[in-house]
Formats: sequence, structure tokens, C-alpha cells
Amino acid sequence: MNTKKISYLGLLIALAFVLSYVEALLPISIGIPGMKIGLANLVVMVALYTIGSKNAFMLSVVRVLLVSLTFGNFAMMLYSMAGALLSFVVMFVAKRSKKFSITGVSVLGGVFHNVGQIIVAIFVLETSKLVYYLPVLIIVGTITGMVIGLVAGMIIKRIGGWKDICYGSKSSM
Amino acid sequence: MKKNDVILIASLLIICAISLLAIKLWQKQSTTDKSYVRVEVDGKVYGTYPLNEERTEKIQFENGSYNVLVIKDGKADITEASCPDQICVRHMPIHYSDESIVCLPNKLTVTVVGGQENEIDATTN
Ligand SMILES: [Zn+2]
Repeated sequence: MNTKKISYLGLLIALAFVLSYVEALLPISIGIPGMKIGLANLVVMVALYTIGSKNAFMLSVVRVLLVSLTFGNFAMMLYSMAGALLSFVVMFVAKRSKKFSITGVSVLGGVFHNVGQIIVAIFVLETSKLVYYLPVLIIVGTITGMVIGLVAGMIIKRIGGWKDICYGSKSSM
Repeated sequence: MKKNDVILIASLLIICAISLLAIKLWQKQSTTDKSYVRVEVDGKVYGTYPLNEERTEKIQFENGSYNVLVIKDGKADITEASCPDQICVRHMPIHYSDESIVCLPNKLTVTVVGGQENEIDATTN
């Protein structure tokens, strides 16, 4: 990993951290646990398509740790981590399969982020009643994932050129 | 967007909209005038309160955190809580059977129980 790559990753982590903070400030919660707009997923998507899956994975783990340590508590970290990991795995597989464009990958990421959190909540609280939240969570995840996917697509297109300057034209990893 | 993206988005939205509707109808159907709320902390029943009696209950935990449950006009609501995310406070008041309010940081759930005879027997035994 060269210096440029490290600083780029650092920049993305900082950006993801800021977006998580912004999202926490937005008073849009309707009281359903696990519901997120997933602004930070925008950064994870950009990382996944520009600096590869390993770095994108590191980014999403570090982001959850930073955000939970700063704004939350241990229990909340568990939920965020479950959401982030499940979402990442699904996005990774969906991207690999080449069956979906950036938008589709982002939709799956958004949906499984919410689903992952509610699954942990079901186990921790031992309340199966939380499955009733699934349809709402999936609808919200689909819509936000769609918007974030479209924005991520635009960013990735533009970063593409800059990335080539950084790593040379053969930057796939 | 690829064709697969469109199929994915459309099917997610349609399936979830239908199940949401079905869940709401079913919850409405199984609600009776004997409905009560069950408060559970960490998976254990903390208390049950009838929905047709007004009351305010402060659920206090050993570590200083708390949730305030208010039952009014046949609806249960968390009006105040010590949790950092305040998700439970933002939830709308609940009324129909199986609706619930959750506070993850305090491991607390408030659930409406329909109040059919067999359900009461099952919980009191
Ligand atoms: Zn709460």
C-alpha cells in the first residue's frame, strides 16, 4: 500500500465518519430500531469500486468502531457492526456476481444493513415480534440504497480519472 | 441501471408493501378491548398493564437508565428515556396487537398483547 493509497483511505474514513455524524444529527427517525439512511454507505460504495474490497471492508469496520466509540455505547456497536458486516458481504457478492449495476449493489447494501441490525436485535432482546418491522426496514433500505447508488455512481465516474493518476491505469486489485 | 436492478427494486418494494398491509390488517384484527401492554427487560417480563387504564410507569434500571411508559387513550407510548439514541421516544404510540416499541440500549420492549382469553391464560400460567 503506497502513501497515496493510505491517505486516500484515511480521507474516505474521515468522510464516512462525518456522514455518520450528520446522519445521527438528522431528526428523521420514526422510532424503528435499525433504520438508517446509510449516508456512510456512500463512502463504502465509492471505496468498493475504487480501491478494492479489502480496503472497503477495512473502511466499514473502522467507521463503525469510530462512530460507536464516539457517539454510542457497546450495545449499539454490536448492532451497527452486524448491519455493516452483513451489508458489506452482500454488496461484495452482488458486485462479484456482475448481475447488478452500482445501483443494485447499493440497494442490496442498504436493505441488508437494516436487516442485519434487526436480526441482532431479535436475538439480543429475544423478541420475534421485531420481524414485523422488516417490511418497513426493507422499503426504506431500498429507497435510500437507490438514491445513494445513483450518487455513488456519479462520484465513482469522476474519481475514476483521479484514481488512475494515483495508482496508474492498472489499478484493479 | 441494469434490468436486474429494476427487477430487484420493484420486487422488494411490491413484496414489502403487500406484507406490510397484511401485517397491519392482521394486527388490527387480533386487537380486542381487553388488550394490554407487556413490558419486557432483557427478555424477561417486567410488568403487564391494561391499555384501557391511564397510567405513567417509570421503568428504572440499576445503572441509572430509565424509560417512562405512558398509557393514555388506549395507547401506550414511551415519552422519556435515558438512552442516547432516543429511538424509543420517537416511536409513535402503539395500540394494535403485536405492535411494539423497542429500546435497544436499555434492552426494553413494550408490546401490545391482543387480549384474547387464551393469550391471557398463557401469560399468567
Ligand atoms: Zn430508547
